[in-house]
Amino acid sequence: MSETLPIQTPLRNKRFPFHLNIEPRLSEPPRWYPVAVSLGAILVALIIGGIMIAFAGGDPFRSYLHIAEASFGSIGVLSDTIVKATPILLTSLACSIAFRMRLWNIGAEGQFIMGAFGASAIVLTPILPENTPAWIFIPVMILAGMLAGALWGLIPGLLKAFLNVNEIISSLMMNYIAIAWVNFFVFAVWTEGGFQMTHQFARNAWLPRLLDYASTIPVLRGLTTHLGFVFGVVAAVILWIIIYRSRWGYEIRLIGDNKHAAQYAGINITSNIVLVMMVSGALAGLGGMSEVAGVVHRLQTSPVAAGYGFTGIIVAWLAKLNPLVAILVSILFGALILAGREIQPSGVPKMIQGVILVCLIASDYLLRYRVTIVRTGKEA
Amino acid sequence: MQAIINILQAGVASGTVLLFATVGELFAERSGVMNLGVEGMMLMGAMSAYNVAVATGNPWLGVLVAMLAAGLLSQVHAFITITLHADQVVSGLSLTFLGTGISLVLGEGLSKAGTVSLLSSFSIPLLAQIPVLGPIFFADQSVMVYIGYLLIPLAWYYINRTRPGMHLRAVGEHPAAADALGINVSLLRYFYVFVGGLLAGLAGATISLAVSPGWFSELTTGGQGWIAVGLVIFAQWNPMRAAVGSYTFGALRRLILDIQGPTTLLGMRNPFYYNPYWGFFLQMIPYAFTIIVLVIGSREAMRKRLGAPAALGTPYIRGERGL
Repeated sequence: MSETLPIQTPLRNKRFPFHLNIEPRLSEPPRWYPVAVSLGAILVALIIGGIMIAFAGGDPFRSYLHIAEASFGSIGVLSDTIVKATPILLTSLACSIAFRMRLWNIGAEGQFIMGAFGASAIVLTPILPENTPAWIFIPVMILAGMLAGALWGLIPGLLKAFLNVNEIISSLMMNYIAIAWVNFFVFAVWTEGGFQMTHQFARNAWLPRLLDYASTIPVLRGLTTHLGFVFGVVAAVILWIIIYRSRWGYEIRLIGDNKHAAQYAGINITSNIVLVMMVSGALAGLGGMSEVAGVVHRLQTSPVAAGYGFTGIIVAWLAKLNPLVAILVSILFGALILAGREIQPSGVPKMIQGVILVCLIASDYLLRYRVTIVRTGKEA
Repeated sequence: MQAIINILQAGVASGTVLLFATVGELFAERSGVMNLGVEGMMLMGAMSAYNVAVATGNPWLGVLVAMLAAGLLSQVHAFITITLHADQVVSGLSLTFLGTGISLVLGEGLSKAGTVSLLSSFSIPLLAQIPVLGPIFFADQSVMVYIGYLLIPLAWYYINRTRPGMHLRAVGEHPAAADALGINVSLLRYFYVFVGGLLAGLAGATISLAVSPGWFSELTTGGQGWIAVGLVIFAQWNPMRAAVGSYTFGALRRLILDIQGPTTLLGMRNPFYYNPYWGFFLQMIPYAFTIIVLVIGSREAMRKRLGAPAALGTPYIRGERGL
């Protein structure tokens, strides 16, 4: 890499008195810098999003104010925000570990749906009798959900590892297959009176919620935050330790940074692809399990296949693939989705997510290059 | 027999959508830029085309705006990946989010917009009389289908036999050498990403104004943009193979839709009619088939040691070592 050659850029113009001077960064920027750049990117995204909302006939200020109020305004809505953040957190963790290895698993949505299916199958088949105590029921559902998600990640993983099949497309195709699969069971096998949903799970298959303790602690009345969020936080901590403090995590990061170096170092890339895809799928599957057992309490396609897997991609990227940062970011996105349900036009949250992601990716440029404005003729 | 011809005839129309999107993505990838935003650009095209056709009553104006809107969207990806050297995978993904979001916002209420004048269909006089092939390819097809027929040889000829096509391949295979020859690598890449956008927009317009008219939010495209990205790999970056893949997929899509209609199939009770829920398994077929097609394409590429343009996915930075 040669640092002496100036990077050619269309922004350079000899007649204009100022121009942008761009050179590759040679040293690590200070710790606050990436954070500032990300926040700046979000700010720019919100401004662009606001212009677009205005263009589509909405009121950007009212929309944003509404998002803030409807998601953090009181302890009740804060609890709802965390409920929305839970599936996003788990899918973003699923994406984080895969993306760290530059393995583009964008099938977290399908793995999430299959996780929900696996957990539901325990209740609905029924694999366990209905009066099984919760302390057996819940762990078995967790296991089934993670297993189903891992299986759904395993398929594109095997195809990538042994047949060099592009995992982006194969994992995405698995999403559509998962939706059709679950639809079949919801409509044909477990339907409740012909409706597009199964019957409600018995209480012993529900994840405990804060409001369950309202009789002893009255403040918790009406708070629907459930144990799934704890799963997410625990998973984030474990994943952080794996990625940054374990030998396996080092292998994953090395493969992601330089595949050839990893190969020369004797790291088995094939088995890591399969393994990481399975872990990624299992995390997304846990998210699906926590969504059916903690919120929906039945298997139903539309609230489960609500695009959490895709939001997880954005959150993982915004958190710079750091599992602990993902906790915070997923709460922010939970807020966006929660409040977004009432905003008109209804596509706004999705659009803002897209704008944020685009701005974030563009802002990475500022981390790799030093951009300064200089007076033309003054340099050299 | 007539039923099979009908399915294939509709399959060709359905495959035309994939053809436009696949050939568009093929152009972008041949220049070295992978754009995973095809799905988003197609939605953008479908929404714009229908929106404009409803507002003005002129479907051709809809097609034009659709192409420009998707082309404009593609330039976001071009800027981020070519000028800012960002990762093409992530940028393409974000483009799909962006395109989907914008389409949903601007397409609000469009599904109840009422009737709209669609693109015309017609038969080609002599060719339609050919037995079997005539009715399938040349009878009562949308004008878009005929445009598709013209696109296939033109794209092939342009890429393989013309000077600009040679520049396109050079930029995708060895940008540093192309640069040394005085070819403007960045400009060409911007241009071919734009061509990809135009064609993805055309694909979207073909859906909403010809093949399955209307606006059904994200279901309008239903993952066809992703199938197109997969087909490019199957096609090994060759427009002729892209056409084979696209029409095969189109026929498969139609077969799945139509097989559930009749009460008897080949003289027997049609199981798909009497078990409507089997339809969910039929729905999986195109997506599963995409994966199978990818496996075939990847195996072939590994065996023949050919396939992807050498510089696909990597930004070109002058003076940096690399391709």
